[in-house]
Amino acid sequence: MKIVVCIKQVPDTKGGVVFNPDGTLNRGAMLTIMNPDDKAGLEAALRLKDKYGAEVTVVTMGLPKADEVLREAMAMGADKAVLITDRVLGGADTWATSQTIAGALRKLEYDLVITGRQAIDGDTAQVGPQISEHLDLPVISYAQKIEIDGDSVVVERQFDDRYHVLKAKMPVLITALSELNEPRYMTPGGIFDAYDKEVTVFSRADLVGVDDSNIGLKGSPTQIAKASDKVRKGAGEQVNLGASESVDYIIGKLKETHII
Amino acid sequence: MDFTLDKKHEMARSLFREFAEKEVKPLAVEVDETEIFPRETVTKMAKYGFLGIPVAKEFGGQGADPLAYVMCVEEISKVCATTGVIVSAHTSLCADPIAMYGTPEQKEKYLVPLAKGEKLGAFALTEPNAGTDAQGAVTKAVLDGDEYVLNGSKIFITNGKEADIYVVIACTEIKVDAKGRQKKIFSAFIVEKDTPGFGFGTKEKKMGIRGSSTYELIFTDCRVPKENMLGPAGKGFGIAMHTLDGGRIGIAAQALGIAEGALERTVAYVKERKQFGRSIGAFQNTQFELANMATKVKAAQMLVYRAAMAKATQKTYSEEAAMAKLYAAEVAMEVTTKAVQLHGGYGYTREYEIERMMRDAKITEVYEGTSEVQRMVISGALLK
Amino acid sequence: MRQNTEEYRGVFTFAQQVDGKLSGISLELIGKGKDLAADLNTEVTAVLLGSDIKGLVEELAEHGADKIIVVDDPKLKEYRTEPYTQALAAVINEFKPEIFIIGATAIGRDLGPRVSARVGTGLTADCTQLEIGDYPLVAIAGREQKHNQLLMTRPAFGGNTIATIACPENRPQMATVRPGVMQKKERVAGAKAQVIDFDAKLEENSKYVEILEIVKNAKTTEDIMAAKILVSGGRGVGSAENFKILKDLADALHGTVSCSRAVVDAGWMSKDIQVGQTGKTVRPHLYFAIGISGAIQHLAGMEESDIIIAINKDENAPIFSVADYGIVGDLNKIVPALTEKIKAELAKED
Repeated sequence: MKIVVCIKQVPDTKGGVVFNPDGTLNRGAMLTIMNPDDKAGLEAALRLKDKYGAEVTVVTMGLPKADEVLREAMAMGADKAVLITDRVLGGADTWATSQTIAGALRKLEYDLVITGRQAIDGDTAQVGPQISEHLDLPVISYAQKIEIDGDSVVVERQFDDRYHVLKAKMPVLITALSELNEPRYMTPGGIFDAYDKEVTVFSRADLVGVDDSNIGLKGSPTQIAKASDKVRKGAGEQVNLGASESVDYIIGKLKETHII
Repeated sequence: MDFTLDKKHEMARSLFREFAEKEVKPLAVEVDETEIFPRETVTKMAKYGFLGIPVAKEFGGQGADPLAYVMCVEEISKVCATTGVIVSAHTSLCADPIAMYGTPEQKEKYLVPLAKGEKLGAFALTEPNAGTDAQGAVTKAVLDGDEYVLNGSKIFITNGKEADIYVVIACTEIKVDAKGRQKKIFSAFIVEKDTPGFGFGTKEKKMGIRGSSTYELIFTDCRVPKENMLGPAGKGFGIAMHTLDGGRIGIAAQALGIAEGALERTVAYVKERKQFGRSIGAFQNTQFELANMATKVKAAQMLVYRAAMAKATQKTYSEEAAMAKLYAAEVAMEVTTKAVQLHGGYGYTREYEIERMMRDAKITEVYEGTSEVQRMVISGALLK
Repeated sequence: MRQNTEEYRGVFTFAQQVDGKLSGISLELIGKGKDLAADLNTEVTAVLLGSDIKGLVEELAEHGADKIIVVDDPKLKEYRTEPYTQALAAVINEFKPEIFIIGATAIGRDLGPRVSARVGTGLTADCTQLEIGDYPLVAIAGREQKHNQLLMTRPAFGGNTIATIACPENRPQMATVRPGVMQKKERVAGAKAQVIDFDAKLEENSKYVEILEIVKNAKTTEDIMAAKILVSGGRGVGSAENFKILKDLADALHGTVSCSRAVVDAGWMSKDIQVGQTGKTVRPHLYFAIGISGAIQHLAGMEESDIIIAINKDENAPIFSVADYGIVGDLNKIVPALTEKIKAELAKED
């Protein structure tokens, strides 16, 4: 079985966000991590590899620096890595990104494609399903459990108050939730090996079946009209009283606002 | 000369740091207060290869290098010095001498499970009357048929009751020189835990690193197969000294980690703590103290990493190891003491972990060669 | 990929239903759709997919839908990506709406990207604000400024930034909209809509997946998105057991308990009552933030609340930056006393 896992290097939004003087995000100054949902997807692939035997290839699209996240994936146990990087691919929205990744996947063999549900920087959850559409694959989103049954996958798909147990014939694309599993750590030896391995680099010319009108900023149907720091409504009153005075203060406010 | 780490060591550090934060730190207070050996953490470390970092892949190790190994001890000791010394004693004092001096059969039988973390290792040299002065040792091993018979006891043994495989130094011969002076000749042995005649004495109650299992080992007619002799007969003292050179790098890394952990917490604390209407970090005394602490910690780190690199590339590294341990241990003691001072009254309480770090730091000036011994080693190399 | 955008007209909303019941977001979308349609001088069309769901048209009409397109097909009984995608794509290709909005629910966020990719247009995820305006926002010399564009605003980078997105060259302009953010219109009893039955000509293909089983989770908690009063706890509460004092306060006020991510991560409370970027967005009338420091991801999920009261021992906690009333103090002393006092006050009224 061949599994391709799509991963993304993202700024660690939990660790605080750094802005440039002009208000744009200073990505260079922020720590980067493997997107949590993607890491769960990789862990799911590695567990399938442990259980059934599989070759796991990780694919990412990004700046050359994204090489790091591929090494991390190999240090966890992925076998091969592909970095899609090219200036002309920059500024892509989800449409252009999914077109690009689909173009790379057409060059690879796979029975199963796994992506994270969503990346913590964009939070769109769109790229996985869109890749599946471009590749004409069935998609199963929000997987909370994945098993192989012959030439099919059986997946529990989480939906708010229920889950569906779904069966689909491979090849199929699955999007994984970070709640799917607890990803393993890398191993020290895995890290040393990962830096001895080759990362395959794809440029624009390597993509298969992708029109120039569908890549990069120019191939993106959505365009950013404006981006800014979030404006917050601002603080109201703040008091520092003893416990019983605090209680009286709150009671007063609840009465003022007609809650009691 | 390049003072930046390469990418694989940077990534290794991020791994050790993440593991330490998530798996080790949450248990540190409990391990100290209950004095219970963190067995679950050891199992997890085994699973991820942390117990065989510098051991070659062919023997079940990770095939990484001494630098990656010291970074592991450093990062773990930052949050829990007990867990740090468990890794250090296992790797430097047991796996390492077997890798260095073991026969192919010994490596297959003992090094492989040690490196995989299936078995835990320990090292036994010190005796009640033989600390710095090894000649005071009385544990002896006498050949009887195909076995050596061990009698005597060893004290202050790290991983004492929790280990499975022990490297034990025992006297196998007493030579008398021309002037009639007696000189004990030592050999090294690999002893398995369940060997008949091998038992445990009392558990030490310690000031710091309280979760590490420190026991007395007692040998009473303990019969060890003669093929378990490690290295040539009569070379035990040299093996022990060479092993301790490596062990000192591990302890230096532990000391470094303790100092770094204390500094990190202190920096966070002085930003938070307010006195006279401003954070205490705004006072120049605090700033100067922190500057001194940080500078010393960095200097210690360089000595520790240099010693690790020397172990990777040189045949002998006694001097590098001694300097690293001497300096890092004294920095750990000084930095943790200052850290408690900067925390004021809170620093003396168990609410903040800084007092534990100060207690933990002290041992690094004492074990695997006191600071005085390190000075002897260093000056000995200068004056030879 | 550019299209002739002129022939696309009308605002379409996806009327999500589960088990024959309309989801709240369906009505919120019609509410927002009305505003957009008014600006564009056009109508709102709700698109209702399912099996045996014609009974729902009345509710959609009474909440403001001008037209309702119904695709009623047994293949649409349970949500599955492919038949739903086929149906919506067929509706879009047939009726050519200029705007299509879908709820950013689990279903919508699966369906939206698949549909947008199939019909070849852009999609903006998880929007919190939609309006009609110009793109670019201000005229730039030498570049055409398009009018009557859908401007879609959404938070990104964990709530640290907000971005306004346009889709100038492709139609429909598609967005998924975060539940709980838009307001539904007052129900007008007896209001009627034009109902169009549409045969989407669904065909089984290789992208169909088989549903082996549907397992409903026993619902253990109340819906925090519907609550008018939320008593929300963070790491400062200290333990799962100590949430009892919050529950007591919530009970006294007839409110509901919710929590921050730290509490879910610690395993004290379940994820379905988590407020914030990775949890739910709430806008209750009153939000108590108790022992919540107020990470930006949390603020993103609750700052639209009408009244925010924060109790925290750290006077510098970021939660105070959005609180209407901030109390610096020990929650363990304040909260139980407050509960007692509220009970006493309410007893007086009786």
